[in-house]
Amino acid sequence: MVDLGKYAVPVIGSYVASLALLAALVGLTVWQGARMVRALRQAEADAEAAAQATETDHAH
Amino acid sequence: MTALFWRDLRLALRAGGGFGLGLAFFFIVAVLVPLGVGPEPTTLARIAPGICWVAALLASLLSLDRLFALDQEDGSLDLLATAPLPLESVATAKTAAHWVTTGLPLTLASPVVAMLLNLPAAGYPWLVAALFLGTPALSAIGTFGAALTVGLKRGGLLLSLLVLPLYIPTLIFGAEVVRRGAVGMTATPPLILLAGITAGAIGLLPFASAAALRMNLR
Amino acid sequence: MSLWEYANPKKFMETSGRILPWASGLAAVALCVGLVWGFFFTPDDYRQGSTVKIIYIHVPSAMMAINIWVMMLVTSLIWLVRRHHVSALAAKAAAPIGLTMTLIALATGALWGQPMWGTWWAWDPRLTSFLILCLFYLGYMALWQAIDNPDTAADLTAVLCLVGSVFALLSRYAVNFWSQGLHQGASLSLDKKENVSDVFYFPLLVSIAGFVALFVALMLLRTRTEIRGRRLRALMARQRGA
Repeated sequence: MVDLGKYAVPVIGSYVASLALLAALVGLTVWQGARMVRALRQAEADAEAAAQATETDHAH
Repeated sequence: MTALFWRDLRLALRAGGGFGLGLAFFFIVAVLVPLGVGPEPTTLARIAPGICWVAALLASLLSLDRLFALDQEDGSLDLLATAPLPLESVATAKTAAHWVTTGLPLTLASPVVAMLLNLPAAGYPWLVAALFLGTPALSAIGTFGAALTVGLKRGGLLLSLLVLPLYIPTLIFGAEVVRRGAVGMTATPPLILLAGITAGAIGLLPFASAAALRMNLR
Repeated sequence: MSLWEYANPKKFMETSGRILPWASGLAAVALCVGLVWGFFFTPDDYRQGSTVKIIYIHVPSAMMAINIWVMMLVTSLIWLVRRHHVSALAAKAAAPIGLTMTLIALATGALWGQPMWGTWWAWDPRLTSFLILCLFYLGYMALWQAIDNPDTAADLTAVLCLVGSVFALLSRYAVNFWSQGLHQGASLSLDKKENVSDVFYFPLLVSIAGFVALFVALMLLRTRTEIRGRRLRALMARQRGA
């Protein structure tokens, strides 16, 4: 382990704080992205289903 | 354009138009600060320039959210947009009316507030000069902020979040003028920079305000 | 083939989808190497002791905080002039990243300032400018949040970004005028003599590369999310219409 001397608290503190902020940003971005992909896939499936339903209606 | 200016002025002067509200606010802030920091004359004299300017900033913020909102509600903003008068001139007229109803009274009343805050006598002319040259910039920036948020239901809080950071250069130079003037240093360089910001803001921001209005009305 | 082809959302989705894994991988590797190298394998500075290790986060995040605003300014201009939706959405996607970088720069600066200057915060020009930059990011994001119509929101935030840039620059000079600072000059410059010494320099460069790659990866991902959001809104509107 590296010896940080008397400044251990500010050095480790700033690394931890920064990595926590970055992790929060990355996590939020990935989560929002995944949620949007799911929502879009769902909406596209719904639209497809609706389109097919109208097609079969026309066939009758 | 002048007709619009006089109309806005009359609307503001009419009861409930909000004229004098900014002025009263300016006074209240100036009275509250000594109550908060204590009555010691030297302390008050030190912070007087900053208090005067911050109070002026907040007071000019007060009536901004109604700058275009009333016109938008009754539809006259749409009429103005289709009128032959360019929206840039509308924005300038609004800025001028706002300044006459807030910036100018503040400037005229500032010596009284300075007296309450124990500003050294040498600072008085600088305070009046700085407010006279600086408050038009506040009105121009505020018009821009009001134009950005005109379509929003509760734009008031957002408006202050948008406008206050833009006030920073004016605040810094304005308070610097008074601070230097009060201690007898030469205060012309910051005063010139302040006037430069005001000139730039009056000259250029109406174009940005008009662009924002057009985007909002589209 | 011109740059403007990427303004087509479909083309952008294809290309960004291909770049994204590489950018993320590069960000992870460079950040790990840079920060581990900086944290474990660099000597202490003879004056600042081990606090010098904060530089590997502080300097890159501060650089990114400013550069991201510049990037937002450029994309806002492109949106206003050429009306490419991807450009406006990229500006929207970049703002929270810029805000995070500003916060990191401020936080690490405070933690560094405490042992070195004996204070968490000083109204130093550089520090104050960053606080002001933070306010500008907040205002910009708040305006995006507040407006329902996405095109109007893009327009108005672009104008705000333009005007804000001018005032941010003015504030920078005003703040310089107003106070002399504690903060040292630039850590990096092309003039070799001005630079921090080599032992600190190379891990710092790796770390900066990591921050840039991280920004690119996050920005692409966020822009992709925004583009998908637009498509989703369009689909919803069509269904309501049908």
